[in-house]
Amino acid sequence: MQINVAVNDRAHVLEVAPHALLLDVLRDVLDLKGAKRSCDTQVCGACTVLVDGLAVSACTYLAVEADGRSVLTVEGLADGESLDPLQRAFLDAGAVQCGFCTSGMLLTARALLRENPAPTREDVLHYLRGSLCRCTGYRKIVEAVLAAAETAR
Amino acid sequence: MLRPFTLHRPDTADEACALLARLGEDAAPYAGGTELLLLMKLGWLRPRHLVDVKRIRELGDLTGGPRLAIGATVTHRALERSALVRVHCPLVASVARHVANVRVRNVGTVGGNLAFADPHSDLATLFLTLDATVALVSPRGRRELPLADFVRGPWETARASDELLALVRLTPWPAGTAAAYVKFGVHERPTLGVAVALQLDGAGPGGARSSGRSVRVADARVAIGCVSPRPTRAPAAEARLEGVAIAELEDVAGAAAESAAATVDPADDLYGSADYKREMVAVFVRRALRIAAARARGAEPAARFPHAVVA
Repeated sequence: MQINVAVNDRAHVLEVAPHALLLDVLRDVLDLKGAKRSCDTQVCGACTVLVDGLAVSACTYLAVEADGRSVLTVEGLADGESLDPLQRAFLDAGAVQCGFCTSGMLLTARALLRENPAPTREDVLHYLRGSLCRCTGYRKIVEAVLAAAETAR
Repeated sequence: MLRPFTLHRPDTADEACALLARLGEDAAPYAGGTELLLLMKLGWLRPRHLVDVKRIRELGDLTGGPRLAIGATVTHRALERSALVRVHCPLVASVARHVANVRVRNVGTVGGNLAFADPHSDLATLFLTLDATVALVSPRGRRELPLADFVRGPWETARASDELLALVRLTPWPAGTAAAYVKFGVHERPTLGVAVALQLDGAGPGGARSSGRSVRVADARVAIGCVSPRPTRAPAAEARLEGVAIAELEDVAGAAAESAAATVDPADDLYGSADYKREMVAVFVRRALRIAAARARGAEPAARFPHAVVA
């Protein structure tokens, strides 16, 4: 099936099978390796991308669903060499250790801040439920999201 | 990886039902895919055709009136954020906010949740306290049946293979009803879900705050999910609560919770032993009732329980 999809603001016309998963198309067709396959069951958040601004698990999302929509992956966050405020906040707070969860964390936080520019700590924790990190203990990730929100205000 | 299938995208319920009737067991209705695609990846389900129902306009409607009608393709996120739901069934919006995680809520649908009949569903349990009925359409016509009859057991419903779940209807509680939903578990899906709703006699819209001891429970609803093969009401517990004064509810809660625990039909599994689950039913029905009792007095209890979510 043919789909028209904007990925990180770049338009693509792709031929994909109905059973192709968005994650595989992003990684193997478009060579965008930021979204990771980990649990493969929508539990961990490592494959999170935004479709029309909404966080989805690309591992369990048919690529054909992205037809006519706009997809944001972690590769689309920075503007050239200039980091997105969330990326900057993650670096400043030391919220990145092994990095495997980082792309999903950043995109989930991006969706949160778009919906709620002034989240409380509780809001951040609630929104990041289902985004698993096995290194940081979450504290620095939450601090980074709160700091990015603060900077943006 | 998914096995190949043909994707159909009908624009009307008639077309969808005709496809389901023609393709029979080879086809599965598909909306968010948050349950279906998981089982397809595992190879436990191998439909050769998926019938995408998201283009059927009326399935996406959410409408008010004496009863709240929630179309099958309304997502958990839409339910969580709907002003209509927040006004008429505020606890439904709060519970929707705690289903799975934000990615699943963005994509997963209410109809998919109910039609999948996973025994660990939050919504089915809560909806039992709202006199839920579901509408099914097929080439043979339309029928509406209570949710309690629709969900027959784990992953089993009364839906025939050519039927489409169109919507679920809820009857909002009267103003002043005190309610709570508590779920508990250490796994991705809850071990236990408890919904309680206490309709109060003599309470205004603000609850029993100013009315003192004269306010009594006119109608009690207790539903328990995840533990038995399907979510069920607990009539014995409900009977113990009816007529009880709000001021005495704290004392009666324990006994009512014990009667609820006596009626469940738990099995040993990875979520715990049957005895453990029965004990947890007693504990969490008591806690849910105490939360509802506090809300009846206009107070929001600060109580937090390990591994539990209070909505």
